[in-house]
Amino acid sequence: MSSSEMVLKKVRLAEGEVVDVEIRGGVISAISTKITSDLPTLDGRGLLLLPGFVDLHTHLREPGKESSETVLSGSQAAVKGGYTAVSAMANTSPVADTAGVVEQVARLGAKAGLCDVFPIGAVTVGLLGEQLAELSAMAYSAAGVRIFSDDGRCVSDPLLMRRALEYVKSFNGVIAQHAQDPILTAGAQMNEGAVSSRLGLQGWPAIAEESIIARDILLANYVQSRLHICHLTTKGGVEIVRWAKSQGMAVTAEVTPHHLLLTEDLAERYDPIYKVNPPLRTHEDVEALRAGLADGTIDIVATDHAPHPAEDKDCEWNAAAFGMTGLETAFSVVNTVMVQSGKMDWQTLVERMSAKPAEIGGYKDHGRIAVGSLANLILVDPTKQWKVDRSKMLSRSSNTPFHDLTFTGEVLHTFYRGVHVMRDGQLTGLKHE
Amino acid sequence: MITSGHLLSINDLTRDGAFEVLDTARELSRITDGAIKKLPTLRGRTVVNLFFEDSTRTRLSFEAAAKRLSADVINFSAKGSSVSKGESLKDTAQTLEAMGAELVIVRHGSSGAAARLAQSGWIRSHVVNAGDGMHEHPTQALLDAYTIREHFPEHDRDFSGLRIGIVGDILHSRVARSNALLLTSLGAQVVLIAPPTLIPIGVSSWPVEISYDLDAEIELLDAIMMLRVQSERMSDAFFPSEREYARDYGLGAERVKALKERAIIMHPGPMNRGLEISASSADTERSVILEQVANGVLVRMAVLYLLMGGTAIPTEGVLV
Repeated sequence: MSSSEMVLKKVRLAEGEVVDVEIRGGVISAISTKITSDLPTLDGRGLLLLPGFVDLHTHLREPGKESSETVLSGSQAAVKGGYTAVSAMANTSPVADTAGVVEQVARLGAKAGLCDVFPIGAVTVGLLGEQLAELSAMAYSAAGVRIFSDDGRCVSDPLLMRRALEYVKSFNGVIAQHAQDPILTAGAQMNEGAVSSRLGLQGWPAIAEESIIARDILLANYVQSRLHICHLTTKGGVEIVRWAKSQGMAVTAEVTPHHLLLTEDLAERYDPIYKVNPPLRTHEDVEALRAGLADGTIDIVATDHAPHPAEDKDCEWNAAAFGMTGLETAFSVVNTVMVQSGKMDWQTLVERMSAKPAEIGGYKDHGRIAVGSLANLILVDPTKQWKVDRSKMLSRSSNTPFHDLTFTGEVLHTFYRGVHVMRDGQLTGLKHE
Repeated sequence: MITSGHLLSINDLTRDGAFEVLDTARELSRITDGAIKKLPTLRGRTVVNLFFEDSTRTRLSFEAAAKRLSADVINFSAKGSSVSKGESLKDTAQTLEAMGAELVIVRHGSSGAAARLAQSGWIRSHVVNAGDGMHEHPTQALLDAYTIREHFPEHDRDFSGLRIGIVGDILHSRVARSNALLLTSLGAQVVLIAPPTLIPIGVSSWPVEISYDLDAEIELLDAIMMLRVQSERMSDAFFPSEREYARDYGLGAERVKALKERAIIMHPGPMNRGLEISASSADTERSVILEQVANGVLVRMAVLYLLMGGTAIPTEGVLV
């Protein structure tokens, strides 16, 4: 245990209070307006202390695509972005569809020791959408999987989706659906509309997302199970989820930072850095997503961090891979788009990026700042401006769509189980053993 | 002049720029009409035909255009090349540029491939789009405009008042996209005629009219452009059967009779005789399909000349 023991002096909490916070033995040992202690101190004036962020949608690529990312490099990127927990998506090679693979990913996470790495299990064997994977074995494995997803692909067979939703009830699991009707989106390259028709790129219509969301909300409600909708991107999707919540249905939804900011017209020059699935949508969709995140229709922000090697983006659009990195920029994008613009306050940001994702995933040691809790904490400078430089990313891949853009707000310190893993924006080399 | 140094889309041409290409093509036609078929303008310069899709006629047309300007031509086709072994577009283009290519003519199945070649910093060459996926085929539109202009000399500087119908698989057609942009920019009215399944979502932002009824339109048209319909579209449920398609949207003898007296019949080729166009319609004297082929060489000469030459067109009688 290399827990850092210190007192954070005069940090501001999301609620507005300015306090001293003592970290000792990996936990928050005291919170008070003034702490006198012989421990080293860190001057937190002007900084916000928030619970570490929790990502429910992270592609760490290991095992199988270590040229794009590893659990270690992804953990480093997570720490840089203020995440103390990430959820590793199942579309690795081999697919995380057995207890063996999810335990391997969890072990790699523990070995990296920079943040909690919670594996997500595949819903179906090999993500093929044909046969349920051994969900219970993954749930009761050492990895303790609670979230299951075929992300990258949709569980499109309605009967299989119904069975999956029913099956995970026995261990309080949740199905995270990548809502994309595969038949309506065969060969799809970008949002279907005026821009796709002009560019001659195969369209990905909003209804292909919305029809699956509507179907799955009804299915989940029918079998009284928990549904989580990955990367919501359309105005219609927001409206369907809002309706479901008004009916008291147990559905949660996420939005990515890139869908909160970027729009389809970026495809104009055919630069595949903007190729992502689901695709960038219209300005109207972006406005609806922002409103949905602000009012709680959309429960959480999730990165869908999707690293790819350079050659998979340095090519023509159709040949390029879908996906964008996001861990290191998520807070700054959300802060700029939602908080600095006055749409959301700090407590709501904590709810969307930490507390609620922790609750959905059942990650008990995350999402709050309280005496006795594990010290999974971050300090952010909420007003610092910085320009994204893709060459300086800690992720092994540099496919960020935000290169050269300037954002407000930067994560400066990350504490994982009390270990000071990032100080002043630099990884310290310390880790949790 | 084509200011970007590339011809990727009709949007790279202003209206004046488009007329400059057409005027240049006409001038080249005049010069090469007699005994002199070949001009020395691009002697010692190298152009590459980079064809990732099979298209013998477009490749030959560009090759003929380049050779009539005395350029050296390297033909590259993806089949049997290192592309089939996984070489990327970028590596292929850089390799060909290293062999001395100054202008790359690219045909590719992926929309935007020509734009990527021109704008990604991979190569410094001029790029001419010879058809990219479902996006554009600008030299086809230029040769179509050239052909229309020759038949309607009273519209030499302005296509206003001409109504041009483009019939068929608009959704997947790069020819339709380029023509819709170019012909409307020159002043024509363009009407896209197809079953609703073959009209793109978002077409309302195009400067065109839409019709599902060929018979209602046919007598209003000055030119009718029939697009090739691929029979595999049937399996994707775009239309129920070839017979039904031909009945509703095919150009048969009855419809040819309904055309205005001076109306011309166009087709970018290759034709599916019996599907979108009947044999008799293709061979009637109203058909200008072979003129289109001849004009294609002239227009492509003009594009190569304007992109690579930059100086005045050589005077008559220049000998090679």
